[in-house]
Amino acid sequence: MLRLTRYLTKNYDTPDGHKLAVYEKGGGYQQAKRALGMTREALVEEMKAANIRGRGGAGFAMGVKWSFMPWPPKPERPHYLVINADEGEPGTFKDRTLMEKNPHAVVEGCIIGCFGIGAHAAYIYVRDELHLSKARLWGAIEEARAKGYLGKRPFGIDYPVEVYVHTGAGAYICGEETSLLNSLEGKRGEPRLKPPFPAQFGAFGMPTTVNNLETIAAVPTALELGGENFSKLSSLHHLKDGGCRLFGVSGHVNNPGIFEAAVGVTLRDLIYEYGGGVKHGKLLAVIPGGSSCPILRADEVVNAPSDKSPLHPWHGQSVLDVPLGVDTFRALGTMLGTCCAIVLSDKACPVLAMHNLMRFYRHESCGQCTPCREGSAWIHRILDRIVHGEGTLEELDRLHEIADNIMGNTICAFGEGTAMPALGFLRKFRKEFEAYIQTKGRSSTGVLTP
Amino acid sequence: MTEQFALTAERRTELEKILARYPNRQAACIPVLHLCQEQEGWVSERVLRWVAEQLGLSAAHVQGVATFYTLFNKEPVGKHQVWVCRTLSCALNGADQVLHHCEKRLGIHAGETTKDGRITLRTAECLASCGTAPMMQVDRDYHEGLTLEKVDAILDRLTR
Repeated sequence: MLRLTRYLTKNYDTPDGHKLAVYEKGGGYQQAKRALGMTREALVEEMKAANIRGRGGAGFAMGVKWSFMPWPPKPERPHYLVINADEGEPGTFKDRTLMEKNPHAVVEGCIIGCFGIGAHAAYIYVRDELHLSKARLWGAIEEARAKGYLGKRPFGIDYPVEVYVHTGAGAYICGEETSLLNSLEGKRGEPRLKPPFPAQFGAFGMPTTVNNLETIAAVPTALELGGENFSKLSSLHHLKDGGCRLFGVSGHVNNPGIFEAAVGVTLRDLIYEYGGGVKHGKLLAVIPGGSSCPILRADEVVNAPSDKSPLHPWHGQSVLDVPLGVDTFRALGTMLGTCCAIVLSDKACPVLAMHNLMRFYRHESCGQCTPCREGSAWIHRILDRIVHGEGTLEELDRLHEIADNIMGNTICAFGEGTAMPALGFLRKFRKEFEAYIQTKGRSSTGVLTP
Repeated sequence: MTEQFALTAERRTELEKILARYPNRQAACIPVLHLCQEQEGWVSERVLRWVAEQLGLSAAHVQGVATFYTLFNKEPVGKHQVWVCRTLSCALNGADQVLHHCEKRLGIHAGETTKDGRITLRTAECLASCGTAPMMQVDRDYHEGLTLEKVDAILDRLTR
């Protein structure tokens, strides 16, 4: 069910849509002003009712996360809001559009978020490559400050708020919340052990909430509509997966891009309605939400005979017809991730696709944990041999074994983020891998770009 | 003894602004390294020592940070830097052809700098431009939806 909405994207095509004047014309900053007049409890309850599941991939309920912050804040332990806009996951490119085209929604979300968690400073962590995004965010911050919406007395209310942009320097791992915090503190971006969680010990050792950029940008809309009304936009409201969000599609589709819709969009909508259909052949497979989400084959069918499963209503149907939701996709054995799908046509070789992704993980492992550092390199080396026609069938089992040994043995989720998609490819394309090895690659089209 | 590193006056002001954003000086490490690299093109030993001194950190810490992140150049680079993204969405749309074309035109492999010192060619892992693949970044600008003709036009401008 494709139901397009225009809350986050309404000014995407407007000239100067990123400027304050345009944002305010659409009611911008009214919600920040309103929030600062509410009680913290009422604000957090509203956000809980909105059922905003984290848009960065993990899908944790935002309102609940805000409620974890120690209360009341102690003067000697200031709270911080940190916004994750690292956006390094292959296939994912939605946050960039918000920063470039609707940066004021981010800044307004930061003001509301700061109040909700008892913070007076927000740091937006942006990857350094995104020079236009950084400029647009700084521009929005300066415009808001000039109007008195940021600073010592935003909207004349005695609750100081400052928003800053902090940049990384090229490291995918800094999208992981604890390595992001280390990077913000001026260290190597290596993940920390949890617990303690950021709500107890986050940025600069202080209580911190880390929210994804799209998550925080959705906050003004959720407040404007009212938490429950916002949640009910979604067809998965009953699963506490509310609102609207940005969806993306790339790879072998005719019309790649980002669009905004109510939660409940299916992969079929994404690929055929919005994406304009598959190019270079028929649909082979789709990675649902960024490269760490295990791949789904186009011919897979939902098997959920128990009515306890969130997937039961789609039992026997194609996986392409399941609404993209945090719980539905977890039940499918993959993940929703960032809702940005990568589409593979049957003219593209899945062995080469896996090789491409595993090169990425090898390159981006931070090196802190041995299973991840060595495992990701080992997987890539074996795939290198297979791709060059020198692999053996035994090595397929070796790949399984290495991936299994990464799972659960690392400090952060990067290990699983490598192992799960690896296992997904190996399980779902076993026949293709065997044929590739036995024919030294002649069975395959041997290309990614037809 | 090599000459002491110094920021230009304008960047010195920027440095003060950066420091004011954080509760401690260490947090400024990455932004200050960026600031120095903007001026120098890379982060040399003397830059690392200077940053350590300014922020009250050990030189080893600053070096550890500089080597962790791929965007800090540990050696001098060309006047222009070209990164071709080759991760999956770009690869599905012709990134390899774009990269080979650049290598052929410039007469260098990825990772190298042209003899005249004008262009350093690199590969990148996912630059959040998947919907407009294939793409490449030239210095601070993204060039998206590339065709080989567009690549030629971009390289023409850089080599002219």
